[in-house]
Amino acid sequence: MKRFQGSLSRIGLAVGVSLVFSVLVDVCLRKGIADPAGSTIERSLPTLGFSNVRDVNVGKTIRFVIEAEDEKEAHEKVESICSTFLTNPVIEEATITVENMDQVEGN
Amino acid sequence: MAATVGVAVFPGTNCELDSIHAVESLGGNARILWHSHKNLSGVDAVIIPGGFAHGDYLRPGAIARFSPLMVAISEFAKNGGPVLGICNGFQVLTEAGLLPGALQKNKGLKFLCKTVRVRIETENSTLTRKVKKGAELSLPINHFEGNFTCNPETLNSLLEEDRVVLRYCENPNGSINDIAGVCNETRNVVGLMPHPERACDLLLGSEDGKVLIDSLLEAN
Repeated sequence: MKRFQGSLSRIGLAVGVSLVFSVLVDVCLRKGIADPAGSTIERSLPTLGFSNVRDVNVGKTIRFVIEAEDEKEAHEKVESICSTFLTNPVIEEATITVENMDQVEGN
Repeated sequence: MAATVGVAVFPGTNCELDSIHAVESLGGNARILWHSHKNLSGVDAVIIPGGFAHGDYLRPGAIARFSPLMVAISEFAKNGGPVLGICNGFQVLTEAGLLPGALQKNKGLKFLCKTVRVRIETENSTLTRKVKKGAELSLPINHFEGNFTCNPETLNSLLEEDRVVLRYCENPNGSINDIAGVCNETRNVVGLMPHPERACDLLLGSEDGKVLIDSLLEAN
């Protein structure tokens, strides 16, 4: 406990019972939704000499840090943020990656 | 008494003065509603005008929908109040869930700024009660993300319930089913990509938008 309290205060977040997770949200268009940016890139690739490339999909990534009791809670919070704000579920879906920052730092 | 229209303004909205001018030129009163306000000050109708609310960051309308003003507008809409979303305002209404579907980047990835022909598809909406079904109007469009998209089930219900308000005569942006504007189930909330408020004066090339804004003014 002491160990990650130290690392929590080092990155400037409130010290409590919570853990700190780094989050990567990868937003892409749902299957079947036209992706004009992706198809424009795909069409231009052969003219640049790159052949045999297909299924180009342009999305966006959003990174942030979140505090939670455990990884499960962190994941649930991020899913809620995604469905209410970071994605428009009519056209987009998100792949979420959550990593415990203490484990990542390995100290 | 002339109707008072509240014109919503978010940081980055840029068509509020055009909207006010159109409303006043038709004998209505207009009042700015700032995005942080929590009430609508007793207006009779609301216009969410075009622009780039909150810089269109994340997605057009995605941040604006969380404004305090949008809570009041949602409540107003649920009680049957007339709400019109033009261009970015249409995007805000879809993000807020007050209208179905979403607006994607234009097919061809071009920002479109031109006058298009649109056809009135229903007289039964807060925007079209004073115009005949089948009438064609010339209205300006000015958007990058105007490609109306929805899933097949939503499209079916829009068609079955006669909720497509306007269609493009020649589809400029890839919108599904040539849709330029739709309304909600109770027909008091309408969103469209073309700008009727910019077509209310012959000096600007067309007066075809007048009949639409006039319908809104008499919606109550």
